[in-house]
Amino acid sequence: MSASNAAHSVVEPSTSARRFAGLLVILYAIITMVPLVWIVLTSFKSPDDAISYPPKVLFKPSLEGYCNVFTTRSRQTPEFFQTLGPPQGLCDNIARSRNMVVAGPSNYVPRFINSLIIAFGSTALAVALGTLAAYGFSRFRVPLKDDLLFFILSTRMMPPIALAIPIYLMYRTVGLSDTRLGMILLYTSVNVSLAVWLLKGFIDEIPREYEEAAMIDGYTRFQAFVKVVLPQATTGIAATAIFCLIFAWNEYAFAVLLTSGNAQTAPPFIPIIIGEGGQDWPAVAAGTTIFLVPIVVFTVLLRKHLLRGITFGAVRK
Amino acid sequence: MNDLSTSSQITYQAVPIRPGTIRRIRGLSDQALAWLFITPTIVLLLAINIFPLVWTIYLSFTNYRANRANAPTIWLGADWYQSILTDPDIWAAMQVTAHFVVWTVLIETVLGFGLAFLIDKKFRGHGLWTTIILLPMMLSPAVVGNFWTFLYQPQIGLFNYVVAFFTGREASSFQMLGDVTLSPWAIVIVDAWMWTPYVMLICLAGLRSIPDYIYEAAEVDRASNWRQFWSITLPMALPFIMLAVLFRGIENFKMFDMVNLLTGGGPGSTTEVASITLKRAAFESWRTGYSSAFAIILFVTVFGLANIYVKALNRVKSR
Repeated sequence: MSASNAAHSVVEPSTSARRFAGLLVILYAIITMVPLVWIVLTSFKSPDDAISYPPKVLFKPSLEGYCNVFTTRSRQTPEFFQTLGPPQGLCDNIARSRNMVVAGPSNYVPRFINSLIIAFGSTALAVALGTLAAYGFSRFRVPLKDDLLFFILSTRMMPPIALAIPIYLMYRTVGLSDTRLGMILLYTSVNVSLAVWLLKGFIDEIPREYEEAAMIDGYTRFQAFVKVVLPQATTGIAATAIFCLIFAWNEYAFAVLLTSGNAQTAPPFIPIIIGEGGQDWPAVAAGTTIFLVPIVVFTVLLRKHLLRGITFGAVRK
Repeated sequence: MNDLSTSSQITYQAVPIRPGTIRRIRGLSDQALAWLFITPTIVLLLAINIFPLVWTIYLSFTNYRANRANAPTIWLGADWYQSILTDPDIWAAMQVTAHFVVWTVLIETVLGFGLAFLIDKKFRGHGLWTTIILLPMMLSPAVVGNFWTFLYQPQIGLFNYVVAFFTGREASSFQMLGDVTLSPWAIVIVDAWMWTPYVMLICLAGLRSIPDYIYEAAEVDRASNWRQFWSITLPMALPFIMLAVLFRGIENFKMFDMVNLLTGGGPGSTTEVASITLKRAAFESWRTGYSSAFAIILFVTVFGLANIYVKALNRVKSR
């Protein structure tokens, strides 16, 4: 956009209008951030501070939530404590102040690892398949091209629960229920439609002349694809990969219905973190905060391509 | 001659791939390569999306129950479809869904367009604030639903405290998630919080696509700002607004995760959107045949509405 050069001054908003607009937007941004900031604050509160009324903005920071999300603890008698040596590390110290000892790691860690494996596995597959298909659709004459592309997109219109019913039966038959491989395949199939549509847009933007020149120099079509097109498409592939990662990372419906223990990811697990006497809010907030950090980083990295990603490449700016 | 060969070396750094691979692929025509590239994706989608869809259609005509897999399967014809379309509970769920879709899309469109309009004024620092505003839509709906249940707690929740602070009511006098009249709005608020940025981003693209010379011409004709907004800004951004409405409408028609965590459909069935009904029938009462029929009805509805909408969208665009 070349909006900001002097020739266009006639349509530039006045300084006061601009300031007023800025004020309103900043106000909205601050209000919209309150829930997120509150969760991060809660993760550093002690359980008592987290449920105090009126809500506490100033409090003594505590790592109890983070300890609780990573450990399981058991209550002990005073006699038992006398048999123990000094506390082992920070979390044990906090636990002992509540008459408990750290009994072992919690289930959060394996759920988090499942999330990582499933998200990265399905992203790698979806981007690999999507890049090949997108190149095919972009460069070759494929019969029924528009129909095939629409078919690929339409698979995303299924409500996830509707798809989960037969997938549940199918996975039960072939032995894929509650396995990481099953979830990777499922997320790949959901993400591949996004990958094809986004990457086709990116590859369409690479001039064909580059490959043609390479082929005149003796490259085969495949070599030209690997050596000329792929390096040019790196940004697009990276952006697509981040979108796929975010989807797989955030996905809940399939995860809660199709996994129970072995392959369960973090989103169905975080809400069911229970402490003594009800929900352990600092631990839930800590689990949430850790889970959200990668998304915030990715959003900042992606901000230039967000528009394209959320509209399946329909709007490119 | 010498010159030429160096330049080609610099540009492409002709390092051969493994010789075996080349020999195998060199023989392929473009057509064969096209199919080689596209087929894996199609096969995956056929296996994980289309085959299950066909299976769902088959199950929807039977009395199959997933928790009694060995019982004999009886062909029922269109019985389930008939009973679903005449079931008052289903129509209640569809009404809850419609309420949710209409209000969320309306609020998100108005707020989102308003924000985009303001951001388009390009005040100082608008890039940073835009990125901040965009954050909620990138988060996991399940995690969002979960931490909003914390904010909505009547005794300890921040939401109740803030409302109480401004209205003078007792913070524990109302339950956003436990009250029959409030809970449908509780889920609308969270969805609007999360997805307004989505509409804002698409509208912003629409506003930025309007060329400056149109406004310049309007200035020359001394059209008022008000007039410019209604006859230039809004009509030209309309295809983008409608695209956002289409995407939000489809997504919210299918809404499951956020509502499942906030209310689980309750209290009673006041927030039971279609996907929650479907989940209860399929994975709690295990009425697989019945829920398959409902799933097909939902899919056809989404698909049909989307197609009608896309046609309307194209008409607006070509105008």
